[in-house]
Amino acid sequence: MLISVKNLCKEYDNEGIVTRALCGVTFDIADGEFVSIMGPSGSGKSTLMQLLGFLDRPTDGEYFFQGKDTKNFSDDDLAFLRNQKIGFVFQSFNLLPRTTVFENVELPLLYDERKESRGLLNRKVHDALRSVNLENRISNFSNQLSGGEQQRVAIARALVNDPALILADEPTGNLDSKNGLQIMRILQRLNNDGHTIVMVTHETYTSEHAKRIIQMLDGKVENDYLVKKRRIADGEEELLK
Amino acid sequence: MAAKFRSFLTILGIVIGIASVIIIMAIGTSAQELILDQVRGVGSNLIGVLPGASEESGPPASALGVVITTLKYDDMKALLQKNNVPNVVDGTAYISGNDTVQYEGIDKNYTFQGTTASYINVENAEIESGRFFTKEEETSLARLAVLGSEVAADLFGEGDAVGKKIKISDQSFEVIGIFKKRGSTAFSNQDTTVFMPLFTAQKIMLGVDYLNFIRLKVDSEDNIDRAKADVTITLRDQHGIKKEADDDFSVRDQKAGLDAIENVTGAIKYFLVAIAAISLMVGGVGIMNTMLISVNQRIREVGLRKAIGAKNSAILFQFLIESVVVTLIGGAVGILGGVAISALAALIIQKLGYHWPFIVTFSSIFLAVFISAGIGIFFGIYPARKAAKLNITEALRYE
Repeated sequence: MLISVKNLCKEYDNEGIVTRALCGVTFDIADGEFVSIMGPSGSGKSTLMQLLGFLDRPTDGEYFFQGKDTKNFSDDDLAFLRNQKIGFVFQSFNLLPRTTVFENVELPLLYDERKESRGLLNRKVHDALRSVNLENRISNFSNQLSGGEQQRVAIARALVNDPALILADEPTGNLDSKNGLQIMRILQRLNNDGHTIVMVTHETYTSEHAKRIIQMLDGKVENDYLVKKRRIADGEEELLK
Repeated sequence: MAAKFRSFLTILGIVIGIASVIIIMAIGTSAQELILDQVRGVGSNLIGVLPGASEESGPPASALGVVITTLKYDDMKALLQKNNVPNVVDGTAYISGNDTVQYEGIDKNYTFQGTTASYINVENAEIESGRFFTKEEETSLARLAVLGSEVAADLFGEGDAVGKKIKISDQSFEVIGIFKKRGSTAFSNQDTTVFMPLFTAQKIMLGVDYLNFIRLKVDSEDNIDRAKADVTITLRDQHGIKKEADDDFSVRDQKAGLDAIENVTGAIKYFLVAIAAISLMVGGVGIMNTMLISVNQRIREVGLRKAIGAKNSAILFQFLIESVVVTLIGGAVGILGGVAISALAALIIQKLGYHWPFIVTFSSIFLAVFISAGIGIFFGIYPARKAAKLNITEALRYE
């Protein structure tokens, strides 16, 4: 099992006022799954995503990643996991401005302490950009790209370390429907190639591109089910027109 | 654009600080050399004998204006005898005063110096025209004068002075020689002094029989200490002194004086450097301010870098290296600017006629590089730690 969480809780202590964002969350995610975490704002889906991505630590509960309990991992251990095992795609892209597409995609490799050869790094960056179809933009500055292209660069950056898990936080939230669809198509293709994807979204339409939906409400899992009539992004352009 | 201008101002603070350290070190060292050179110009194989006892470290009583009359011409003669002080090769005595000198309506006050024929040899003085007085003339009460170059110029202009009669305090003197221009040394200025035979000065001008001091030339610098001991024994014998505590004279060599001057000028130099270092501290605060702004503007970037696997230490180093690079650039420009300004200053001062060496020591450059890197680390560490400790989820949400 890739991910196994049991009774996961997260409370925020803001100057003495404790807010419970998440409590008693339990589920498993296997390799190769494509899961949507759905829910209205305030349901705890973003907090859950941050915990799954080791951006934050739970206040209670257990999180097994690839069979290992992560409770006693140090900050550096978690940084290593984020670098090697997880690729992040954010709603607002989070590319470095005034920096080329190549350098943005290369960034996670620079924090990889294995220090691989320059040639291998170059090949990895090219491969990642090819899989989002942006090789031709490799020397452009990130701020010269359209929103859809920027998000594809962000996906390439998430892919470049060949992570065990891709976490996408509202990846289509800042995009129009056409570009959003293109992102969904890339994510579905990556999933078909064997990547495990967990995507946070509040749109039912977007969530139905996943194979499974975990429905959150008030910090708890309200529903957890397989998508019966899964949307396939390839071929949906017709619907948009 | 605003960021670039801010970086420029930040670097400027370091540039000014480092440049002032370099300039002050260079000018301080040069000034020190200038002063030491003047003292050394008197000659490093000389020992002085002054009337009155004194502590080795403090100034002799006679230097403080107390008139002590214990040192006599006979003392000098005794000191020049080979069996008393074998290492002394020559020596001369001094008695000085002040009086008006007149020539064809020109009426000016000058220092006059009564001395012996050996003055030329002991002081390495050079005669421009005419001659210096002889051994016989030093005790003959002859009214002869040898003029410093400025005195001659004041009284006679371009004209020839040798053979002319001048009046010193109503006594008529014959000018027999003119000194070459020498420039001032630490103790006196030969150029503005009128020289006359020792006895003439003592008996005719001043009506005294004592000496201000005696200067002895030793055969070698290495024998200074032995000669000083011999001088002390001889003078105790001359004055009938039994115990050291009763000494009524002091024997000095230049080394002690040089050391004292070096200590004082060195202290002044480092005091000035310390003041310049304060401007570096101000520059350092500028670095910290700029780095804090830089961290604040890049909170999201820091969040992203940490999210994709940058360890806290990697973020810390990223910002620390940035501040060190900024200060080192400032340091490099400051060193270049400082060296250039010191060179320019040396050039101007040399044009003014001083023997001013242009000295930029390796240690001052090393110090400057070391200080600027140190400032980069010291003032960069707080902003860098702040960046490294940012909470990832808050940093990613930061607008």
